[in-house]
Amino acid sequence: MPFLAATESDREAMLARIGVGSVGELFSDVPEAARYPELGLPPPLSELEVLREVEAMAARNLAASRSAWFLGAGAYYHFIPALVPALASRGEFLTAYTPYQPEVSQGTLQAIFEYQSMAARLLGTDVVNASHYDGATALAEGLLMAHAAAGGQRRRAVVCAGVHPEYKAVLSSYAAAFPIRLDEVDLPPEGAAALADPDTFCVVAPYPGFDGAIGDIAAAARSAHAAGALLLVQADPIMCGLLKSPGELGADIVAAEGQSLGNPMSFGGPFLGMLGSTAALVRKMPGRLVGQAGDSSGRRGFVLTLTAREQHIRREKAVSNICSNQGLSMLQACIYLAAMGETGLRKVAELCWNKAHFAASLVAAVPGFAVGPGAGAVPGASSPRPYRFFKEFVVRTPVPAEELSAKLSRRGVVPGLPLSRYYPGRDHELLVCVTEMCTREQIELLARSLEEASA
Amino acid sequence: MNLKEEPLVFELSSPGRECASLPEPDVPAVPVPADLARGRIGLPEVDELSLVRHFTRLSQKNYSVDTQLYPLGSCTMKYNPKVCEQAASLPGWRDAHPLAGEEFSQGALELIWRLQAYLCAVGGFAAGSLQPAAGAHGELSGVLVIRAWHRSRGDEARRVILVPDSAHGTNPASCTMAGLRARTIPSDAEGGVDMDALAAALAETGAELAGLMITNPNTLGLFDRNIEEICRLVHAAGGLVYGDGANMNALAGILRPADVGIDVMHYNLHKTFSTPHGGGGPGAGFVGATAALAPFLPGPVAAKEGERFRLSTPESSIGRLKSFYGNFGVMVRAYVYLRMLGGEGLRRMSETAVLNANYLRSLVEGAYPVKYKRRCMHEFVAQGNLAEGVHTLDVAKRLIDLGFHPPTIYFPLIVPEALMVEPTETESKETLDEFARALLEIADEAKTNPGLLRAAPVTTPVGRLDEVAAARNPVLCFRD
Repeated sequence: MPFLAATESDREAMLARIGVGSVGELFSDVPEAARYPELGLPPPLSELEVLREVEAMAARNLAASRSAWFLGAGAYYHFIPALVPALASRGEFLTAYTPYQPEVSQGTLQAIFEYQSMAARLLGTDVVNASHYDGATALAEGLLMAHAAAGGQRRRAVVCAGVHPEYKAVLSSYAAAFPIRLDEVDLPPEGAAALADPDTFCVVAPYPGFDGAIGDIAAAARSAHAAGALLLVQADPIMCGLLKSPGELGADIVAAEGQSLGNPMSFGGPFLGMLGSTAALVRKMPGRLVGQAGDSSGRRGFVLTLTAREQHIRREKAVSNICSNQGLSMLQACIYLAAMGETGLRKVAELCWNKAHFAASLVAAVPGFAVGPGAGAVPGASSPRPYRFFKEFVVRTPVPAEELSAKLSRRGVVPGLPLSRYYPGRDHELLVCVTEMCTREQIELLARSLEEASA
Repeated sequence: MNLKEEPLVFELSSPGRECASLPEPDVPAVPVPADLARGRIGLPEVDELSLVRHFTRLSQKNYSVDTQLYPLGSCTMKYNPKVCEQAASLPGWRDAHPLAGEEFSQGALELIWRLQAYLCAVGGFAAGSLQPAAGAHGELSGVLVIRAWHRSRGDEARRVILVPDSAHGTNPASCTMAGLRARTIPSDAEGGVDMDALAAALAETGAELAGLMITNPNTLGLFDRNIEEICRLVHAAGGLVYGDGANMNALAGILRPADVGIDVMHYNLHKTFSTPHGGGGPGAGFVGATAALAPFLPGPVAAKEGERFRLSTPESSIGRLKSFYGNFGVMVRAYVYLRMLGGEGLRRMSETAVLNANYLRSLVEGAYPVKYKRRCMHEFVAQGNLAEGVHTLDVAKRLIDLGFHPPTIYFPLIVPEALMVEPTETESKETLDEFARALLEIADEAKTNPGLLRAAPVTTPVGRLDEVAAARNPVLCFRD
């Protein structure tokens, strides 16, 4: 029997010590008629056999590493330096629990403190907590936090249509139990925030939008604040390496998907929910926080702090039910941010920016293709703002985008996300993502392939 | 353990140092508009070797399962096979995109589909969803399912959930997040749900009863013998029963919770089904349900049509609780683990977990009082106030000096000075013997040299930290 140390003679000795004749006697409290069911699981495999089975299954996915990859839409293919998995997979990090005993968890605690510090600088907030399940749940908990910060007195949240559609669905699921009205408006952040009224506790703005568009977050902050509402921004952390952070633009709460920071796409999880805020809101913040502390001889150490917010202390009065989070994904982001550092992260973001704009120019030159969301689909289309984007942009296609995507994917060029997956009717739009992983040759191949496939 | 103070990564920074190696631009540069461009971020600048040493040294300041016994009650800190890590990092999983499309994701969808089926079989459930990312996320899903079921029957008023006082804090907190009200039920002298109090609560709650959340075995490590009767009473009162599977490590292969009346339940894949805890996660909280509740499960889930696998959302789903499909990497680990164990292996796993806990208890209960005299399951709760002025905290800290991670302390709340011990099935008899010797030695020291306990730990990089001061003036970020 794998993974067990007890031999038959160990078992006998242990049973004798306990004073029972068999292991079965230990389960005498369990209803007898229901005891020892036949589960019908397949017979056990050896390590070698299970690896073969799983490798065969894994090979039936299209892996980004074996393709020209232009699909993002919430899960991003970015470079992960070798030291990130090498260090994060050290058993002392990997097999430790939540650091409840600080004296024997200083490694985890200091790493969290470093993550909190680096992430707060990146997002431009005073504080970032030690993780949520993903960007969507971080955004949802940010919404509940904003609701609580208004003392439950305000009921309305204005949500920009440009928030990721899956995040909007999660917002609805989380908000359903509270007296919260989610008012989704088809406007960019600055337009949406102008609709904040005295009943509005927050405006939820994407930076950038699902369609790639970068809105005016500073203007949104001014409008939201003028109405006494908070601005909750959903941000791309890689973009914050090059463009102004949401915090410096006036966001009160920032949620972000941190997968891009050193975590693989892994078919959508584990990801990393980042949640940051101003210092004024910290006691309403859900999740773990690590703070600096000292011992009696004046040595610096780190502890879980402000735990009076949390479920294990406050039970039904806690600000959230979150307990297990994404500790290891956060550690990977911590090592990634340290490894990229000031200049590296900027370089990654510049590569994304330049390559995305290069790709957009090539694709726009393909007959029948155009860059920018389709008329009528553009939030705030009436205002003639330029379409500004970072690493993702919408391409209008002469043939249905789903067809293009399937055809090209079979040839190993994954051109992006057909928007019809989320927006029925928008079947001639493709959301293209270009990161530092895409070479010039692959970008040229994309443009050529789009041309061939639509000819 | 590394005792030396380790500078913060910012303190290792020196302008001009670099670790990242990135390709030179192969496309023309496009200027960033001035109104968008940001200035300095404030990230450190450190070389690669310094970073490798930094994080390696930090790791050496942790106790971990890979280095010692970590008997945290209720956390199931067992050994997690390395093959699970290797399997989860295969390029076909690691570099799989959640929106690649079903045609290009057949392997991942098949794995999810199979795992859903295996986990349903373990609990006796008709259907399940792997969307929840953790135990508490599974609880939230489950109570939302309960609420949705009542609503589907026009029963808007059913908003009270009964929660035993031994429950994890996440239970009542999950009720609040689902818009439900938690009402506490006391435990009886045997450590189970107090049946008189339950009857009274059911009568008082009446048509407001949504259901009951129960952890069985509970956080005292005791199996509630009245489980069938409890479920029957709750059902008769119009409620549903939520099973918190945090302690499934005692029951897998022994009992299918659905067989005794549980309607909806989560298990923590990172506990029972073997994903290392990672210093706080990620986990996964599979939630299983009976046929009546299956339509309300969170989605999407994996489905099979002919030979093809696809995504599907249950018809009356409570909706999406996370982007994409759950913590897939954790699912791969659980899949590998289940495939290696099979039904017989799971049963052996639970049996050994229970054997180890009972054995350890038999070695130490003479010195550490155990309030409930019944046979325990996979963990037991003792008390650590061994002598005048010696508390459980002191025992825990002294254990650290003797090379063991302490058990969970001061939980469950209903046992004063609780010391909650879960050795798990993967520990050897020798390790349990050593741990028991350490506990007994400490029990002696509590009487002969209590100062030793109160001063502990002394073998760690820092001594006891002033948590009160840390919370009063929180320093949550490095400032230069």
